[in-house]
Amino acid sequence: MQFLNQPPRFMFFTGKGGVGKTSISCATAIHLAESGKKVLLVSTDPASNVGQVFGIQIGNQITSVPAVNNLDALEIDPQAAAQGYRDRIVNPVRGLLPDDVVKGIEEQLSGACTTEIAAFDEFTTLLIASPITENYDHIIFDTAPTGHTIRLLQLPGAWSGFLEQGKGDASCLGPLAGLEKQREQYKSAVDALADAERTRLILVARAQQSTLREVARTHEELAGIGLKQQYLVINGILPKLETEHDALATAIYQREQAALNTMPAVLKSLPQDTITLKAFDLVGLDALRQLLIEAPYQRKDSDHLPVELNKPSLSHLVESIAKDSHGLIMTMGKGGVGKTTIAAAVAVELAHRGLSVHLTTSDPAAHLSETLNGTLDNLTVSRIDPHEETERYRNHVLESKGAQLDAEGRALLEEDLRSPCTEEIAVFQAFSRIIREAGKKFVVMDTAPTGHTLLLLDATGAYHREVARQMDKAHLHFTTPMMQLQDPKQTKILIVTLAEKTPVLEAANLQSDLRRAGIEPWAWVINNSVAATSTTSSLLHQRALNEIVEIEAISKVHSDRYAVVPMMQDEPIGVQRLLALAAGKLLNKS
Amino acid sequence: MAKSIQIYDPALCCSTGICGTEVDQQLVNFSADVDWAKKNGAQIERFNLAQQPMEFANNKVVREFLARSGQEALPLILIDGEFALAGRYPHRNELARWAELSSEIEIQPAASCCAGSKCC
Repeated sequence: MQFLNQPPRFMFFTGKGGVGKTSISCATAIHLAESGKKVLLVSTDPASNVGQVFGIQIGNQITSVPAVNNLDALEIDPQAAAQGYRDRIVNPVRGLLPDDVVKGIEEQLSGACTTEIAAFDEFTTLLIASPITENYDHIIFDTAPTGHTIRLLQLPGAWSGFLEQGKGDASCLGPLAGLEKQREQYKSAVDALADAERTRLILVARAQQSTLREVARTHEELAGIGLKQQYLVINGILPKLETEHDALATAIYQREQAALNTMPAVLKSLPQDTITLKAFDLVGLDALRQLLIEAPYQRKDSDHLPVELNKPSLSHLVESIAKDSHGLIMTMGKGGVGKTTIAAAVAVELAHRGLSVHLTTSDPAAHLSETLNGTLDNLTVSRIDPHEETERYRNHVLESKGAQLDAEGRALLEEDLRSPCTEEIAVFQAFSRIIREAGKKFVVMDTAPTGHTLLLLDATGAYHREVARQMDKAHLHFTTPMMQLQDPKQTKILIVTLAEKTPVLEAANLQSDLRRAGIEPWAWVINNSVAATSTTSSLLHQRALNEIVEIEAISKVHSDRYAVVPMMQDEPIGVQRLLALAAGKLLNKS
Repeated sequence: MAKSIQIYDPALCCSTGICGTEVDQQLVNFSADVDWAKKNGAQIERFNLAQQPMEFANNKVVREFLARSGQEALPLILIDGEFALAGRYPHRNELARWAELSSEIEIQPAASCCAGSKCC
């Protein structure tokens, strides 16, 4: 593996969710630790599962991994970081200021701004020389899905600029006196990121066209802000050996090879490694140790046990959704499980039945138009583009609230609107706008990856509390977006997962998070199932047997309403293939 | 020695209030006024209850004001530590008077006085 040669101090693994960043960064950390280096593994994903991988509780503090010498791990959870930040500010004044004042401060510090700022703060301290970090030879970051990563990495640059120009005082960031004091830290953090001697960025991708295109964009964006030392790792490639006498394996192999051959030129010039698809789930130390070692698949006796699966299809679920004639359908789940595809398939199925549907996405990484690749009567498609929404919100505030300001005042307001908080607010507003449409027709939303989704929902929750407080005073009747999400008559949440151990655990965590917010998921959709196909490839067959165990667990423990969607021979693009996917049919099956 | 003005803001996400679910026109205007006054030499400090509550707790005048009138009565404006105004933000001409800015500076308000509903 080229990316393991002469590893620098900081290694960042980035890529769309579900491509295997966590597994590869864990495997890298184990590899380096077992070669005698002192290693810290850091997850910045709001829905981190590094703890699950090692079978221990980690959380927001450096924890040693008992099974591996020299390895410590840390999960930066933005929500927990925000709580820590709140405590630092609020605890010293408890008892000194009136109780309701203290409560008011806590309420204010529950917003999106605080979460951003607190997470950023935690991230920075690991990039600078300090007693905490000096003992480590390597710090490995398993970063959050692409959009979030980019924001996180862009922040040090943006914020240093902010503070240097003396704009801090008026902005969202400025009132944080703590930030101003640590200006030097932010500068060092940016320097460390841009220093090829110290920092290596590893782009992780699957051999899929859309993923590779997105990785190319990430590559250019990050190179643009100074992270030029980049490597490419293509994970989960099906070995050629498996294609013998199997139509599905052949189709997958050909699709993957075609994607690799046509990958964007900017990626071709990077040092590149490939990791073959494994027959086992990447849970536990032994599995992780084998991940980076290339060995041909060892055939087993169980390879020829028949796989029998007779489970409900996605159209079966849509059948009961269609009975309501209107409502909000949201597909949720960790990035990379196929939320966009499932949302598009549900929308197409509904529209196909003559129902009016609005399909929309807030996932910055999604390519709805690519997935749909065509039009259908009754179906409108839109996208909540965070950049566009932020721009629209900025202009709206400048035109309305800034209309009567003089030039200086306008410049100041514009500066404020460039703060990272603005995006969260703007996306939240767009989100609430679309929810309202669901009273008249179907709105199908393909939401952003888990962590971001939860932040979004929390913003809705904060808004809900604010409205409720004001309405209570005036004794008025009201409905908020949060109340709509909690009402199963108005909102149906589909949890999308893969039939693999870690994705199922993540989906179960998401389900319990939602339940804590008073939201009950309506059904689970198990996507990309090999078990739902009739493959004869030994490796795929072995994966299918693993899947059966997970599908059973889902139906028994997690949800009695669910559907299984087969892995398709061709990429599920276009109306016909989406309909076939929902019906559970293999289009090109001979 | 020029007088210094301390402004004790209610709990805000940021001083222009753009982070809230509704942008407050008064805050937008006032931030512009503070910026203007500072450029003309005024000494002004702003403290946000949400982010610097210790500044509120450590100042006897502010702490007692909060205990007596509650956070709804903010903002509170002190000049050299003494009570000057509370319950609304000052206008640009008030800032100029307190800071003893030269009368030669043209005082063009950033926004017309009645822009916000609670402004006048």
